[in-house]
Amino acid sequence: MIRTEHYIRLGIVVGLVLLIEGLCRTGTIPASVMIAPSAMAAHAIEILREGRFTHDIVASFTSIAVAAACAVGFGFAAGLAIHAMPGVRRALEPLIASYYAVPTFAFYPVFIVLFGVGSLPIIAIATLLAIVSMITATMTGLDRIPHAFSKTARVMRLGRWQTVWHVKLPAALPHLFSGVRLAVSHAFIGVIASEFILSGSGIGYAISYAYNNFENADMYALMLLVLVSVTLINSALNHVDARFQARRRR
Amino acid sequence: MTSQCPSPHLHLVDGSDTPPASIEPHVVLSGVTKNFDTPGEKTARKTRMQALGPVDLTLRHGEFFSVVGPSGCGKSTLLEVIAGLTAPSAGTVQFEGRPVSGVPDGVGVVFQEDASFPWLTVRENIGFGLRMAGVDGAEVARRVGYALGFMGLRDFANAYPAQLSGGMRQRMCIARTLVIAPRLILLDEPFGALDQQTRMLMGDELLRLWRETSATVLLITHALDEAAVLSDRVGVMSSRPGRFIDIIETGWQRDRSSQSVTTPRFGEITARLWETLRTESLKAMQADERPGNGGEMSRPHVRGR
Repeated sequence: MIRTEHYIRLGIVVGLVLLIEGLCRTGTIPASVMIAPSAMAAHAIEILREGRFTHDIVASFTSIAVAAACAVGFGFAAGLAIHAMPGVRRALEPLIASYYAVPTFAFYPVFIVLFGVGSLPIIAIATLLAIVSMITATMTGLDRIPHAFSKTARVMRLGRWQTVWHVKLPAALPHLFSGVRLAVSHAFIGVIASEFILSGSGIGYAISYAYNNFENADMYALMLLVLVSVTLINSALNHVDARFQARRRR
Repeated sequence: MTSQCPSPHLHLVDGSDTPPASIEPHVVLSGVTKNFDTPGEKTARKTRMQALGPVDLTLRHGEFFSVVGPSGCGKSTLLEVIAGLTAPSAGTVQFEGRPVSGVPDGVGVVFQEDASFPWLTVRENIGFGLRMAGVDGAEVARRVGYALGFMGLRDFANAYPAQLSGGMRQRMCIARTLVIAPRLILLDEPFGALDQQTRMLMGDELLRLWRETSATVLLITHALDEAAVLSDRVGVMSSRPGRFIDIIETGWQRDRSSQSVTTPRFGEITARLWETLRTESLKAMQADERPGNGGEMSRPHVRGR
């Protein structure tokens, strides 16, 4: 049974979409500025069928997957290491706390010099954008492990790796998964945004190209594809996260 | 709450047939102290605080011994030293004639905090320690099945801890201790978060477990009535640094229950406990109010033999 909040949420989204549809169809928003949402959807289906942007879609999603995987993997390892060294953690914490105040995209010329032009600088920027959320989530997850769990593991005479694998990691998993969700979101943002300025392929490049050539239908269709993809992936991750959180609720 | 499986323990569930506590020592503490480094109140420098001792205590085989004392006197520290979770700063701890170094085999601990693993079902929680120890799957299933029945959790075997009440989660933690067939059971305020009625019922369950396993039990509790009704002996600790200042023999029979609260003897025991503890509790409160007190006060103590 869908709860009331779901109906309200759905109502707000549908209402906004219908409002924009009405404003576009009546000409209040000129077609040169925005096409109607129904036209966006129709064109999105058309370009998917045609396959004109398949290469760009594949390139973007590949970069997103690699960046997310790197951010999650390296972020988890870094979070583990920093958590194990309290002195290092105290030194790094102010930097970590202010990390997202730094506009990572401003460093893109450095990445071009280091990695050349292509997908590598894009993956590097997206990874840098996403990694800190995973580091923070890992440290928080390890902090929040109840002391009673570690004592119970010692009473059961578990070995060090048994304790980590069978007690600490499962206990920290809800927080770790929250970090994964944030890392995936940041990877999306990092890749799409970087493709606007750095790339010769990808969804971000395609949107930028369509914008510069006044191809509104292509531009909005691609934007809609990004929106739908992000929504679907986030919904799936939220669903898994909700199951982790439900088991922790006491 | 009768079991459908044979007990893994040597003695059957029958209080009148199980042997009484012997006088043979099971756990021996000699001159045990424990110090901690804590940040100073006025400076960032660490100061040494004596949390416990010196403590001399002998737990007899199969007895039920409770420890009461004012808050912060070192009761939980005492339990952790006996369990091998922390080493004493001085003195020796022996379990079954051997020095304690790390957690010895045959010791089970139930903590005050909820230690149920939320990602495992009740059945998986109870069998966790056995699986980690590499016990055969069939034996794990047998022992877990028995523990589920003994603790009345059979209908919740496939539930997760988040679906249980606080009392049921503690029963699950006790069941997790039961399956390892411990010879020494240490409980640190296991019923602290429960209401009075549930505490009394859980106390009866604990006595049943004690009779079933014939284990030696050490219970840390703030509740004087709980200590008085459950125990063979009750040790009263002083304020910090905690030392035993009185040990009371209750004289209860082994097949006792919470019904003992209706007897005159229960009133005598709790009155004596409160008489001793009231003075120490006042001292502890006054010590907390006085700044810069390192807690190094000389006190009389009673050897726990």
